[in-house]
Amino acid sequence: MDLIYEKSQAGRRAGRVPDYGLPVPEVPASLARKDPPRLPELAENEIVRHFTNLADRNFGVDTGFYPLGSCTMKYNPRVNEIAARMPGFAQLHPHQDDDGAQGALELMWELQEILAEVAGLPAVTLQPAAGSQGELTGLMLMRAYFEDRGEGEQRDTVITADTAHGTNPASVTMAGYKLEKVATTERGNLDLDDLRAKVNERTAGLMLTNPSTLGLFDEGISEVAEIFHDKGALLYYDGANLNAVVGRSRPGDMGFDIVHYNLHKTFSQPHGGGGPGGGPVAVREDLEPFLPSPQVVKEGDAFRLDRDRPKSIGRVRGFAGPFGVFVRSYAYMRAYGTDLQAMSETAVLNANYLLAELKDDYEVAYDRLCMHEFVLSARALKKEYGITALDIAKRLMDYGVHPPTIYFPLVIPEALMIEPTETEPKERLDAFIAVMKTIAREAAESPELLKGAPHSRPVRRLDEVKAAKEPIVKHAFAERVPTGA
Amino acid sequence: MAGAESYPDDLKYHPEHDWARIEGDEAVLGITWWAQDALGELVHFEAPAVGDMAVKDEAYGEVESIKAVSEVISPLSGEIIAVNHKAVDEPESINEEPYGEGWLIRIRISDPSEAGDLLDVEGYRAVVAEQ
Repeated sequence: MDLIYEKSQAGRRAGRVPDYGLPVPEVPASLARKDPPRLPELAENEIVRHFTNLADRNFGVDTGFYPLGSCTMKYNPRVNEIAARMPGFAQLHPHQDDDGAQGALELMWELQEILAEVAGLPAVTLQPAAGSQGELTGLMLMRAYFEDRGEGEQRDTVITADTAHGTNPASVTMAGYKLEKVATTERGNLDLDDLRAKVNERTAGLMLTNPSTLGLFDEGISEVAEIFHDKGALLYYDGANLNAVVGRSRPGDMGFDIVHYNLHKTFSQPHGGGGPGGGPVAVREDLEPFLPSPQVVKEGDAFRLDRDRPKSIGRVRGFAGPFGVFVRSYAYMRAYGTDLQAMSETAVLNANYLLAELKDDYEVAYDRLCMHEFVLSARALKKEYGITALDIAKRLMDYGVHPPTIYFPLVIPEALMIEPTETEPKERLDAFIAVMKTIAREAAESPELLKGAPHSRPVRRLDEVKAAKEPIVKHAFAERVPTGA
Repeated sequence: MAGAESYPDDLKYHPEHDWARIEGDEAVLGITWWAQDALGELVHFEAPAVGDMAVKDEAYGEVESIKAVSEVISPLSGEIIAVNHKAVDEPESINEEPYGEGWLIRIRISDPSEAGDLLDVEGYRAVVAEQ
């Protein structure tokens, strides 16, 4: 398919602005551009066709099954969009004063209250715009807390699991901490002996997802919390996998002191293209003074933004945060009402159903009940037939399924990380099981079929090595074409 | 593309899939056939600087494939006296000849007794068999 620039014809226009005969304002020579911008020139119908054709080639959760482990690609109810487009929300100006934005502030305050209940911790900031920013904010809160106690210099290390998302070690490094990794036991829990040997008065805290990226609930979480709290360190809960436990167990009750949520995962936002996201952070009471400013507070029946926060780490995002994301997640949670735990229960049930049906056709790293996701391994298929997790992922595309996350977590060879979410009906799950069993059979009987996959997509197997080594991310114009402007 | 699976018997091995070829008081280090196979086609070797210290059981660099970034663990301690620029410029050479053209660094061994902790080829084959 041609790029829109390649379809451009000099002088074509989707519309024409009448000449009002107004004087051209004077622009200082230093600010005036020398050449007109190179914009594609097309008629309106050609623009519409171009983007409709692109959209037809897209695959999203509205197209089909999308079991992308760790990303929680659940269906996004349309009622969220109706709420987000209400004029009072959609046309609100970020500089609107508090008196004129009471409805929006009330929604933010109520969202904070619901999130606090979900985490089991009393105070919430909505500002961080994504999980990764929630992580960094959480670590900045950790640092502010220890500096306030005079332990800022002393506590220089943060511990993560060897199964952790790559963002955890990245956030630790960005926040200026040293990184230490703790091993995983054969049951998939944190290795408590390894932990006891590593946690000391230099430890600032732990970053952990629970359930882990293996989809397993850490059975020793109470002991883990005790080990850290005994040394005065804090526990940070990465909410990437919160969809497994909402309404059933609370990170605060497990012993976590700081929690981030991924609104775009757990509480539904279209987020396949990298956004928009929301990464609110909850903390225990004695960390509240350090939360970013401003905070939404309620006084009597009125709501306002509180900026008088002397110990705050400051602002981590412009204005009040990703407001459209707040509206969608709020609508989503209110639609469930008191039945929100049904969301997590169904997510866990769906994942266990898939795991039970597929574990004889693929290897499982840890043969126990999973939470909302699980990890299969193609190790045996690779040894016997030379079929890798990548081949299986590509073949799934031929069957109209979005590939799962592959080669993560790194501790599992040839990993396929599958998360069905709660929004899939049994018929979809059964169809996926049938496809996965067919692919396992094909691996043995006709491995070339998998190695050449996908066969039925607009593009075939991509050269990932070339893409990594020679990335070309900018269109190369043949020559400077003077536009008709 | 990578050659057939092989583990030369004149090398010492670290269970994290790294090898050392000891030459007097120096050693050449690299990753094993199994490591490059597990990672797949390599696209980058993040090399240390000459003059830095490699520490036994700790990372001295990173290799990156289309699947993952992985730390390279040093089997022995010592000052880094050379870095293989071919492995930096053409990381596919690590896939093609993990024990030859695709070596990673050369060190001056600081504690020869550390070699006693490393595996011989039989010991390392046993590690690979468990993977």
